[in-house]
Parts: sequence; C-alpha cells; structure tokens
Amino acid sequence: MHKILSKEQLSDDVFLLRVEAALIAEERQPGQFVIVQVDNQFGERIPLTIADADPREGSITLVFQTVGKTTHKLADKPVGDSIESILGPLGRPTHIERFGTVVAVGGGIGVAPLYPIVQGMKKAGNKLIVIMGARNKSLIILEDRMRALADELIVCTDDGSHGRKCLVTEPLKELCGRSPKPDLCVAIGPPIMMKFCAETTRPFALRTLVSLNTIMVDGTGMCGGCRVTVGGETKFVCVDGPEFDGHLVDFDNMMRRLRAYKTHEEAAHHQCHLDSDLSRLRKEGHS
Amino acid sequence: MSHPHPTREALQQEAAVRLATLQGKALSSRDRMAIPSQDMPSQSPDARRANMGEVALGYTAEQARLEALRCLQCKNAPCIDGCPVRIDIPAFVKAMAEGRDAEAIAIIRRNSLLPSVCGRVCPQEVQCQERCTVGKVLKSVDKAVSIGRLERYAADLERESGDFRLPPVKPETGKRVAVIGSGPASITVAADVRREGHAVTLFEAFHKPGGVLIYGIPEFRLPKTIVQQEIETLQAMGVELKTNFLVGRTRKLQDLIDKDGFDAVFVGTGAGLPKFMNIEGENLVGVFSANEYLTRANLMRAYDTGRADTPIFKSRKVAVLGGGNVAMDSARMAVRLGAQEVHLVYRRTEAEMPARVEEVGHAKEEGVLFHMLQNPCRILGNDFGLVTGMECLRYTLGEPDDSGRRRPVEIPGSEFVMEVDTVIVAIGNESNPLIRQTTPGLAVNRRGNLVVAPETGKTSIDRIYAGGDIVLGAATVILAMGEGRKAAASINALLATPVA
Ligand SMILES: Cc1cc2nc3c(=O)[nH]c(=O)nc-3n(C[C@H](O)[C@H](O)[C@H](O)COP(=O)(O)OP(=O)(O)OC[C@H]3O[C@@H](n4cnc5c(N)ncnc54)[C@H](O)[C@@H]3O)c2cc1C
Ligand SMILES: Cc1cc2nc3c(=O)[nH]c(=O)nc-3n(C[C@H](O)[C@H](O)[C@H](O)COP(=O)(O)OP(=O)(O)OC[C@H]3O[C@@H](n4cnc5c(N)ncnc54)[C@H](O)[C@@H]3O)c2cc1C
Ligand code: SF4
Ligand code: SF4
Ligand code: FES
Repeated sequence: MHKILSKEQLSDDVFLLRVEAALIAEERQPGQFVIVQVDNQFGERIPLTIADADPREGSITLVFQTVGKTTHKLADKPVGDSIESILGPLGRPTHIERFGTVVAVGGGIGVAPLYPIVQGMKKAGNKLIVIMGARNKSLIILEDRMRALADELIVCTDDGSHGRKCLVTEPLKELCGRSPKPDLCVAIGPPIMMKFCAETTRPFALRTLVSLNTIMVDGTGMCGGCRVTVGGETKFVCVDGPEFDGHLVDFDNMMRRLRAYKTHEEAAHHQCHLDSDLSRLRKEGHS
Repeated sequence: MSHPHPTREALQQEAAVRLATLQGKALSSRDRMAIPSQDMPSQSPDARRANMGEVALGYTAEQARLEALRCLQCKNAPCIDGCPVRIDIPAFVKAMAEGRDAEAIAIIRRNSLLPSVCGRVCPQEVQCQERCTVGKVLKSVDKAVSIGRLERYAADLERESGDFRLPPVKPETGKRVAVIGSGPASITVAADVRREGHAVTLFEAFHKPGGVLIYGIPEFRLPKTIVQQEIETLQAMGVELKTNFLVGRTRKLQDLIDKDGFDAVFVGTGAGLPKFMNIEGENLVGVFSANEYLTRANLMRAYDTGRADTPIFKSRKVAVLGGGNVAMDSARMAVRLGAQEVHLVYRRTEAEMPARVEEVGHAKEEGVLFHMLQNPCRILGNDFGLVTGMECLRYTLGEPDDSGRRRPVEIPGSEFVMEVDTVIVAIGNESNPLIRQTTPGLAVNRRGNLVVAPETGKTSIDRIYAGGDIVLGAATVILAMGEGRKAAASINALLATPVA
C-alpha cells in the first residue's frame, strides 16, 4: 500500500501525485519508471515515469495525463487514500555525463518524464536548452520548474496561445543549425513528436535519445508486450529501454502496436488523425 | 468422438459396483491387473469450452480405492526411480488401497511439498508412471497405475477436510534468508528453511505470489485457490511476503546481503524471458508471446471482461506455435476466450511434442486443430499493421539432434498461407537477464542460466544459492521443487554451522 501524500492538478487532464514509496525513492535514477496498479484484483498495470523523488521523505512523484480507465481512477483518488501496488524503479537509467550542450524537448505530458533527466544533466554540468510544446497554453505543465533549471527555455503551442506558435521541431531545427551545434538531444512526448524530432536531427547527425511509452504488462522483461524494433532488432522497452537512439526506432510499428487494443474501427479512425498530423507536419516542411 | 462423455456419477457407480465384488477378497496380481484403469471424471468438452473451471474433476472415493488396488507393490518399486523427488509410491498407494488416506498423504508429504499441484501437472507419463510395472505388462503407459491422480486425490482430501496441520517450526535462530521469486522452487525453499527456525522473506516481482503456477498455468488446469493456500501456509508458518519487489532493480541481489543483512539468499526467478522466432512480421499487432497472452488472461483476469481493466485481444482465428504445455495452455485459453478457430502449429510430429499427454487429449477434445510438420517463415499483415496470416513451410523429420529428437527439416518450395488474425508464440522461455546483469561475479552458462554446484545448489557467490528454471532452463514444477529442497538443505547446513 502506498499512501498518497499530495495531489495537484497541473492542467485540465494532467495530475501530479506524491506517494509513499521509500525503497523506490532511494534507488531510482533519472529515466526510470514504475508500474502502478490501483487494485490487485481487477486493476490494470500501467507504467508511469518517476518524475521526482524525495529519499528523505520516502516519496516519489508521478505526473500523468488522464487517458483511460486506470489514469482516471488514479486522478479520482483523494489525498490520504492509497495505491495498492507500485513496482520499481524499472528500466535502465538515463546515461548521464557531461556532454556539453543538451537540447531537451518535451511534448505535452512528456515534460514530466523529461524533468528528472534535465535535473540529472544539469547536475552533471551540461548546458541545457529546453523546448516545451503543447497544443495550447492550458496544456503546458511544469513550466516554472523547467525554467528554474534551463539555461534557455523555449515554449511553443500549436495555436500560439503561449510562447511561439509552432511545433517543437521548428526551434529544434534552428538549434541544430547553430554553431557549435548541440551535443545531444533528448526528446520525450507523443510518439509522433519523437518521430519527427528524430527526423529533424537526423540530417545534422545530432544524437537523439527518445523515451518510448509502449503498452506494458509486467515491466520486467517477461511478456514481450512492450517490444519495439530498434535498428532492425527486437528490443523490450521495459528492460532494454525505455530510452533508445531515436534515429534507429521504428516509430510506425510502435504507434500501431500502441493501438492494439482499440477496436479495428477505432484503429482506422485513429489512422485518419495520424494521417492528418503527418500531413500537417509535412506541410510545415519536416519530412 | 462419438461415445458420450461419461459423467462423474456414472464413473462412480461403475467403480462402486466393481469395488463391491472385490471386497474382502485376497487379490492376486492377475486380479489387480484385471481392474480397469480408472478414467478421470471431467467436464464435458462442450461445457468446458465456455468456462474457466477445472477440467479434470478428480477421482471419487470409490475410483481412488479401485485404482490404488491395481498396484502390485513391486519389491524393487521402479516407479520411485521415475519420481524426481522419490516419493514412496508403493507405500502411499497401499495406504490408499486400504482406506488409510490420512497416512497416504503423510507419506507423500515426506518428499513433496506440493502434492495437489504435482498430482495435477507432473508429466507422469514420462516420470513415475512410465516405469510402472502394470503399464509395462499391459504394454501401455496409459494403463499404468495412475499415481498422479491418486496423489491429487489424497492431497485434495486433506485440503478439503481442513485437516491440514502446519509443519512445526523450530525456535527462532535469528538468522535471515531472502528467497527471490515465489514459484515452486521458492515455495519449497521458504518452507524448508523456515522449519529450521530461520526468518524467511519471499520477494516477488508480481503483485501476486505463486510464479508460473499463478500467471502461466490456467485456472482450468490448476485452480488458483490451491496455490493461494500453499502461500497462506507459508505465511502462517511466519514467512514474510514482499510482492512488487524486483530484485536487481528495487534492490540489487548483493545488497540484500551487504546492506539488508540477510545471511543467505535463494534465487528462484524462473525462466521468464519469452523466445521469439525472429521472423518477418513478428512485431505486427496480433502477435503475442504465450507469456503475455496467459498473463493477461490468468494473472490480470482479462477473461472477466466485465470486471478486469486489462484488455485482451479479440481473436477469430488463432495460430499457436509450439508443442509444449505452454502451447496447449495458450490454445485452450484461446478457445475459452471465444476464438472461432484455434490452430496448433508444430514443426515436428505429435510424438515429439513435450506437452503432457492428457493436455494434448484435452486440447483435441476442445476442438483445437493440430497441424504437424509445419512452421511459419513469415507473418503477414495489412496496412494497419494487423496480422492477416502466416506464410508457412512444411517439414519432414531428419536425423536426431542433440536433444535426441529427430530434427525437423524444411521442404523447399512447400510454402503455403494460413489465414489467422492472431499468432501466439509458445516456443519456449529463456532466463530473464536482469539478475545476472545487475550482479557482478554471478556465473552463468551460455544460455544465461545460473551455474550452481550440483550437490548444493550454491552459485559462484558465497551465501547465494539458486534452483528451479533459472538453473535448469524451462523445466517442470517437480524438478523445481526438488532443486529447492536441495538448496534449502545446503542453506540450513550453512546457517547451522557457527561462524568461525
Ligand atoms: C516507460 C513509460 C513511461 C510512461 N510515463 C508516463 C508518465 O509519466 N505520464 C503519463 O501520463 N503517461 C506515461 N506513460 C503512458 C501511460 O502508461 C499510459 O497513458 C497509461 O498506460 C494509460 O492507461 P489507462 O488505463 O489510463 O488507459 P487505457 O484505458 O489503457 O488506454 C487509453 C488509451 O491510451 C492508449 N494507451 C495505452 N497505453 C498507452 C501508452 N503506454 N502510451 C500511450 N498511450 C497508451 C490506449 O491505446 C488507449 O487508447 C508511460 C508509458 C511508458 C511505457
Ligand atoms: C504456461 C506454462 C505451463 C506449464 N505447465 C507445466 C506442467 O503442466 N507441468 C510442469 O511440471 N511444469 C509446467 N510448466 C513449467 C513449470 O511451471 C516451471 O518449470 C516451474 O514453475 C518453475 O518454477 P520456478 O520456481 O523455478 O520458477 P517460476 O514458477 O517461474 O517462478 C519464478 C518467480 O520469480 C519471479 N521473479 C523473476 N525475477 C524476479 C526478480 N528479479 N525479483 C523478484 N521476483 C522475480 C517471477 O515473477 C515468478 O513469480 C509450465 C510453464 C508454463 C509457463
Ligand atoms: S511427484 Fe510427480 S513424478 Fe513424483 S509421484 Fe507424484 S506425480 Fe509422480
Ligand atoms: S511400479 Fe506400479 S505397480 Fe509397481 S509399485 Fe510402483 S505403482 Fe505399484
Ligand atoms: S512489459 Fe512485459 S516484457 Fe516489457
């Protein structure tokens, strides 16, 4: 049982929970995640990144977007209530060292998993340029916390309601053109965003790490449900990742696998959205 | 099958009548062998296709008595040599034949900790029953004394009567042992070490303990309440259980000794890494490892669509690849989840299939279609990345390979397409690399299994022992238990010697 110590609503559908998890708080490193299960009888196991941790208090912070059943159940839990199961920390930690200049790109909820990595990179002595993007102003999260860490912060929204009116790939491309160009890019967000960030940095040979959010069951390497194709090989995101070289990931296959449990009709419907996202990105010259 | 499915009542009637004719007689070997081997009462195939309830219902008292009377009490007891944990089979069977059921289970319990489980899932036809004299004389292992079913009967009787007494636990020694994993190997170690008075903590990665017995083997073959009771017994003996604890990540193996002060550790983490075939199309939507399919269905209860939050893929035509117990369980689960057609595809022939004979028979009765000497070379998909079929090749059997089984050889140009929307890969499991990756100095073989001293179960690191599938590769429940016994004895010996 993990008690919920505090709860914050960061935007319409994004919530922050601080929960008791002493051992995880002690062991976790940036880039790692947990598997959360609201109830052990019929609940689903879902992966969430450890957005922050306080080893002294014995707590971890989770930031999540309400998309389906389990994330809604989590959002409905009041402070003082508890979560039945939390397994972690899982996944390989981010490789942190002094690279020089690191561009960190966060899209939507992706800013939450990006935060501990930015923290770690900053601590290791890197210069940090952070790009945050969302559809509109109300969906931008953790801006103040990021501003406190970043040497340079670029906020963009699709509709221009906050910061620049553009997609995150636009400032990313500009940064790639700077000289000296950045030494590393870390991009976390919706798969389509990570895909286009990787496409943006590819011509500049800028190493780009992405953190993949596949569907998971156990999170320990036992089921293979999280598998993705990376550089032509099958990898398990939960144990080999979640971070991979974005230039090698087969994002199209991953996006299809994410939709495995929608009915086939819904999958078709989703495909239309993707297609329109794609054509929009293409129109803006990123493909 | 044309003959009607016999009901449990009918089998009971028949047995009762025959038993009455034998009452009070001194039976010769010939009389004993004339008793027909007792069929296991089971749910009818039609009924069980639509439910998760146990298929084999268990002998009635009359059947158990009658079956036990078939045993010849061989002096050399070849059956014992066939049992990996050397249960005194003639002794317990005799007790049952004479109506001393409580004594029977006591005899079994001297060697086996999980008789309800092993009686159900042991591959008896290649172990105890293969050696049985009755089967040899009658020239069919099917006609051997049904040792496993008798074992199950005695164990179930004990459990259902509530007569079970907790094994005595010696006074606390102050020593602490960490047991990693909670499958049959770990359950055995926990019990045997706890009995000596050492404190035991069981660490399990999942939210429910029991290992493959819980997440892999389906309810229709092994009711989960049986496994839960075994765990509850451990807890009643004072074993502490920590679920949601992944050793290697939540805590490093070595840290359990160095930081947390455990005096010894047993690693029973199983063979949990699913093998894939590395063929084109394997990452399409609709291709699952058996582990994923069965975990969703069993552990996460996805079959209970109204209540479970975990979804399971809706399938019409399913292909299951493989010929072991895992493949049978997946195929039979797919039947129960409503697939219209379930095809079992295997590269060799039925004779080489490692699955228990009973499961193969049950799968066929339930309508699973068997395709032998075939294997996919490519999985086909549509524009949405969904599986639409498999391109397969036909095979013949060639020379025996190092497993002693004849090697399947593909027939060039024999390609054909099988239309399916779901492919379940059940071609085996390897050991999960997490523990070895996070434990420097832990010796493994080329397959990634932990290397242990055969006599003691000790790994290359002091105070760390291992057993079960993590050492043997994917094996069996009874072997895992046997390994556990051995490692527990070593741990108990280690902790008994005062530190110099
Ligand atoms: C390593 C990792 C870290 C993650 N970290 C975070 C995080 O910090 N914050 C956060 O909000 N989310 C995170 N996710 C995604 C999160 O796990 C999913 O949003 C969650 O599983 C949805 O569960 P649900 O029951 O609410 O929705 P469901 O009812 O299961 O699904 C709702 C919809 O979301 C889709 N979906 C299911 N699983 C995922 C997934 N893994 N990613 C995207 N869409 C999915 C489904 O197709 C469905 O249409 C992470 C995923 C991974 C693999
Ligand atoms: C579907 C299926 C059907 C089978 N049918 C039969 C059958 O009919 N008859 C038979 O004899 N055998 C059968 N087997 C094989 C049998 O179940 C195994 O040989 C046996 O369970 C092995 O026991 P074990 O204790 O070594 O490990 P497991 O039962 O595999 O248990 C290992 C446990 O360790 C946990 N774990 C793993 N890593 C960690 C970690 N790092 N930290 C904490 N916990 C961890 C796992 O979650 C798991 O619960 C079947 C196997 C499967 C998968
Ligand atoms: S434990 Fe298995 S092999 Fe041994 S007697 Fe029982 S059924 Fe036979
Ligand atoms: S071999 Fe068969 S008949 Fe002989 S003692 Fe064993 S079970 Fe009885
Ligand atoms: S989630 Fe099961 S193997 Fe990664």
